[in-house]
Amino acid sequence: MRKIISQTEIEVNEEGYLTNFSQWTEEICECIADEQGICMTERHWEVIKYIQEKHNNDEPLSIRGIKKSGVIDIKEFYSLFPGGPLKKATMIAGIPKPKSCI
Amino acid sequence: MKNLVILGAGTSGTMMANHLVSKLPKKEWQITIVDQYKTHYYQPGFLFLPFDIYTTKQVKKNGKKFIPKAVDYIQEKIELILPEDNTIILESGKNVPYDILIIATGTKIAPDEIEGMDGPEWYKSIFDFYTYEGAKALRDKLREWKGGKLVVHISEMPIKCPVAPLEFAFLADSYFKHKGMRDKVDITFVTPLGGAFTKPKATKALHYLLEEKGIKEVTDFAIERVDYENKKIIDYADTEVEYDLLVTVPTNMGDALIERSGMGDDLNYVPTNKATLQSLDHQNIFAIGDATNLPASKAGSVAHFEAEILTDNILRFIKGEELKEEFDGHANCFIETGNGKALLIDFNYTHEPVEGTFPFPGVGPLNLLKESRTNHMGKMAFRWVYWNMLIKGIHIPFVSATMSTKGKHLEEVE
Ligand SMILES: Cc1cc2nc3c(=O)[nH]c(=O)nc-3n(C[C@H](O)[C@H](O)[C@H](O)COP(=O)(O)OP(=O)(O)OC[C@H]3O[C@@H](n4cnc5c(N)ncnc54)[C@H](O)[C@@H]3O)c2cc1C
Repeated sequence: MRKIISQTEIEVNEEGYLTNFSQWTEEICECIADEQGICMTERHWEVIKYIQEKHNNDEPLSIRGIKKSGVIDIKEFYSLFPGGPLKKATMIAGIPKPKSCI
Repeated sequence: MKNLVILGAGTSGTMMANHLVSKLPKKEWQITIVDQYKTHYYQPGFLFLPFDIYTTKQVKKNGKKFIPKAVDYIQEKIELILPEDNTIILESGKNVPYDILIIATGTKIAPDEIEGMDGPEWYKSIFDFYTYEGAKALRDKLREWKGGKLVVHISEMPIKCPVAPLEFAFLADSYFKHKGMRDKVDITFVTPLGGAFTKPKATKALHYLLEEKGIKEVTDFAIERVDYENKKIIDYADTEVEYDLLVTVPTNMGDALIERSGMGDDLNYVPTNKATLQSLDHQNIFAIGDATNLPASKAGSVAHFEAEILTDNILRFIKGEELKEEFDGHANCFIETGNGKALLIDFNYTHEPVEGTFPFPGVGPLNLLKESRTNHMGKMAFRWVYWNMLIKGIHIPFVSATMSTKGKHLEEVE
């Protein structure tokens, strides 16, 4: 699917996740966050950078991983990205939603 | 003489011992298997024990019976693996050297990972059914329970046999119906995932089951702690779910041995090549079953498919040949839905469960992703198959190690 965001056309899947990370920019990131009702702060950026790095190293993302990250504790993670923090943070970071095995 | 050592004599280790004993030349190879317990448990039976469907006798047997005579069986706890020295150390301090090592130490529950879980209410109002002790304690509790709020809960993924908690909720529904007290019991299923069924096709086909059985669903629940005094579970978003009886699947972790040996990931699983089953860090170490970090289901059926491929790869490794990259994550699970019916799902790394027939395309007799009595018979027969074929390493007719797409209603996968 295509979507126009911050005057740019991007490719997203049915759920709104970017399918091509090279299209990700900080402006697009802020717009997606805004759609999720989140206003990006320094702390948000730190977390986004951290999960992008994990993703680039092919390391799976999980709540447990966040707990051990040293970047943020889970309470704060939830308060920064209320609702489903992993789902929202990955969408904003422009990477796929974490997979869960059946 | 060379040594092949298998750590763990559960489902996977026992299967590997049986496979390899007939394949490795006896004059050149000594096979040794180590396990801490005398008893071999039929873990799938732990689902049925709480409801008095199986007796304790049906789920445990003396492990030694299933280990071939030519295999050296050491019954002791393993203290450490020293991969640089090709040696393991047992609890008694004894060293066992190896040329090839197979890690099959499985996964187990770690209730102490969640605050308040294994505190004073453990086995009083909070239970697991993933251990023999837990399933038996829960059986005794259910026999006398007068009703109230039953919460069936998954702490964190991955867990072994990921559908077992849902099956537990279904079986609880029919158990209380038969006891004539379903109206006194409120069943809620609480999961950290986005839904009770996590794959989209399965959700579409199966969500009616929850509605039909009046089971409530709380999703995306990442547990922070159990408030055992006020009988509620609380998640990081401060959502609270009250219970009278909490049946939880605690965090599952690989054995602490893996952590002590510095060979595991965050959850003590061994990083393993997902197609060859060779460990990523050491060429002469292989891993199988629940002990690996593979993105496949942690299930006996998966271990069974892995065992056939791992046996081949061990033989290739010994001959210095290239390993086969064959394992595709094939899983095949019956899902008990209560009232004498069950479903069957068959899937792998890339294909989600779909409708169709199994194992004979177009014929069955088992129906994929549809409730039926035949499937329930299949699930019950699985216990016989387990004790008499599976762990003895006998090939199960018509079911191949890699997934077949025949007879299935597949759609394009992305
Ligand atoms: C409730 C429940 C229902 C299930 N239902 C199904 C089902 O319907 N179908 C299905 O296919 N699968 C099912 N499973 C999953 C299945 O039982 C497991 O996936 C399977 O047993 C894994 O085999 P394994 O050999 O890898 O581990 P295990 O069988 O757990 O064996 C590990 C062995 O290693 C030993 N060990 C570990 N650490 C040490 C140490 N330090 N020293 C000495 N020994 C050690 C342990 O004592 C144990 O014997 C179910 C599991 C549960 C709990």
